[in-house]
Amino acid sequence: MTALHIVIDWTFVIEKLLLISAVLGISLLIAMYSTWGERKVAAWIQDRRGPNRAGPMGLLQPLADGGKLFFKEEIIPATANRFLFVLGPSMAMLTACLTSAVIPWGDMLTIAGKEVSLQIADVNIGVLWIMAVVGMGVYGIMIGGWASNNKFSLMAACRGASQVISYELPMGLALIALFMISGSLSLKDIVEQQRNGVWFVLLQPIGFLIFLICAFAECNRTPFDLPEAENELNGGYHLEYSSMKLGFYLFAEYINMFISSALMSTLYFGGYSFPYMDSLGLSPNTLTILGICALFIKTFIFIFIFMWVRWTIPRFRYDQLMKLGWKVLIPLALVNMLATGAVILFRQG
Amino acid sequence: MQTLTNRAKQVDRRPMTFMEKLYLPAILKGMGITLSHIFKKKATVNYPEEKRPFSPVFRGLHILNRDEEGRERCTACGLCAVACPAEAITMEAAERLPGEEHLYREEKYAARYEINMLRCIFCGFCEEACPKQAIYMSETFAPANYQRKGFIYGKEDLLIPDPKHPITVKK
Repeated sequence: MTALHIVIDWTFVIEKLLLISAVLGISLLIAMYSTWGERKVAAWIQDRRGPNRAGPMGLLQPLADGGKLFFKEEIIPATANRFLFVLGPSMAMLTACLTSAVIPWGDMLTIAGKEVSLQIADVNIGVLWIMAVVGMGVYGIMIGGWASNNKFSLMAACRGASQVISYELPMGLALIALFMISGSLSLKDIVEQQRNGVWFVLLQPIGFLIFLICAFAECNRTPFDLPEAENELNGGYHLEYSSMKLGFYLFAEYINMFISSALMSTLYFGGYSFPYMDSLGLSPNTLTILGICALFIKTFIFIFIFMWVRWTIPRFRYDQLMKLGWKVLIPLALVNMLATGAVILFRQG
Repeated sequence: MQTLTNRAKQVDRRPMTFMEKLYLPAILKGMGITLSHIFKKKATVNYPEEKRPFSPVFRGLHILNRDEEGRERCTACGLCAVACPAEAITMEAAERLPGEEHLYREEKYAARYEINMLRCIFCGFCEEACPKQAIYMSETFAPANYQRKGFIYGKEDLLIPDPKHPITVKK
């Protein structure tokens, strides 16, 4: 008989709790300041100055916006399904936050002789988890649009659902080609391989392009922002929402953008590694901290690209969107996958 | 067909080439254009901190002037009111009493002088009509107000302060 010993390693629990709060806090902070950045980038591209009244350079603008949203009247339409109406934005926010769990934000950090991994969960199916959670994200849109009991919201929700489902396929196919090279689904392994070898964007340029385009579509960002097409759909699936529930939807979009940017940096641009990192001769802790900075710089560059594209390209028409997804990206991703497989086979044999 | 300007461009209706169908080169070109705009000079003027200079002939809020000795120049002749196309000016004349020579330049002065800034069209005819160089248009404009009566400017609003006899102006 072996006695079942349940020993809870409290330091482990505390460590993970701290890490989770830190990652959540940072995601929220970055999402908050992305709204500010978005408005600044939009203004600069249009030869304007952007918000500059609230605080120096308008840095308090997100706080003012958030405060305003909290104090707005909450309206639930009389014909709406109250439970689902509240569930919609909660789902959107939840799925947006969940993805950050598997992204390695940095290498090992040694604190007081104890190795602390800067990844909340190094699961061997990391990327699958992300795909699953992103797939769940469509429920936030769908439920919100359905519960509003408004034809525009419903139409936008249908658009959103079909768009996200269509673009998940090429995204997954592009990732499969990546896994053929890495041979692992764990994001930590993928980063470590890029640290020792080359960044995967050099091996998978087409895969990266497909992933980038799909990431735009998954985040409902321009040129794929049909679910929230302001002019045809009066604001889309969040048409009936007000106050902080609307804020949640808008916020979820920015968190998604941040997580997608972090994911793209991790999968294709070496994550927390940077070139010549191991030949600098620095202590592991310094390297880890520099690595975190490298990851965030890459992430911010991607967030900037998201915004830059938004203020450059007009929205696609719906049939163009579907055509691009099914007739261009999926075949391209398939060819990319086959070609990758062929090259790997050729090099082995 | 004769074009009106030389800016007209012939629309190219040839089918798109493969490079054009890729869209990406065109998108990158567009992104280059937007990126270049980030570094361009901004069109916006940061209003309360920096103000765009007015033209030298700008006609702003009226002022009632004084002469070198600080006496009011206006004699309430009413020519400005007659010249005013918007009928924004009203005044009441009064006779200067003995001992008030340091206040008013001539024997007659305006006891009440009002301009309704909501009626005024800032044409500057009053300035041109004035034979005594008493009314001028300055380089400011009427500030916002909560009530209409706040836009009826009396003597205390219009008269420039007396440099020799500073008196507290009651609003």
